[in-house]
Amino acid sequence: MPAPATYPVRTEEDLLTVRHAVRAATIEVGFGLVDQTRVVTAASELARNAYVHGGGGTVTLDYPREPSGRRGLRLTVKDEGPGIADLEAALTDGFTTGSGLGHGLGGARRLMDEFTVRTGPGEGTVVVVTRWAVR
Amino acid sequence: MNGHRSPGVPILRLGDVLVTGLLNELDDRTAIAFTEELTERISAEGARGVLIDISRLEVIDSFVARTLMELTTVARLLGARVIVAGMRPPVAITLVELGIELVGVETALNPEQGLAALGWRQAEQPLEGARRGTAR
Repeated sequence: MPAPATYPVRTEEDLLTVRHAVRAATIEVGFGLVDQTRVVTAASELARNAYVHGGGGTVTLDYPREPSGRRGLRLTVKDEGPGIADLEAALTDGFTTGSGLGHGLGGARRLMDEFTVRTGPGEGTVVVVTRWAVR
Repeated sequence: MNGHRSPGVPILRLGDVLVTGLLNELDDRTAIAFTEELTERISAEGARGVLIDISRLEVIDSFVARTLMELTTVARLLGARVIVAGMRPPVAITLVELGIELVGVETALNPEQGLAALGWRQAEQPLEGARRGTAR
């Protein structure tokens, strides 16, 4: 597996770069087309959140492996923005403080197998999501 | 790799229907430029239908979804009906899981069915030249 790699999210072009990198990583891990699409879409939502709400940040890709040998792809999306004041509300469909549809966070959670968020006012936001390959 | 920065997504006219297609991905600036150009073309050419082929589009996130919904609403205000055709199955599955319904956006399995729904029919007879070529 490739070494972990971190991509900046500072411009709209960076969003495209992140999508390309994530697509390549899903192929590397051996995901089928539907899983590739799920993970790239989740990455697109989370990277956009970091760009729009967090004032920019980073996306790190790494390749965890379960003791059983099952391979996965993990995205860690970080920003140093104001943080999410009401996480429960932010995870609800239709909630948005920006220009999206308000499906980003909750949608990304549904598209991935594992999902954690660390956030708080003044602390920024870190979202970690993982999808495991089907054996 | 980013040489596709120009917003020039080709928009063709077939009678009173405009036909266009999105490429494998849609960045924000292209999405906005595309919406504006399509709106202008609908108005300038009196289009009554718009077919958007998305069979090459590999990702529809909430931003692209919102663009398609807004485009459809704007077109409807101008009197044109939009049909989005050719969504890839993995994209459809992902959209549903994401929780996006593409409210108000009409879809078709492929461009042919989309054009048929817009009332645009393929000529039943082969063209003159084609018929001559295949005679006997």
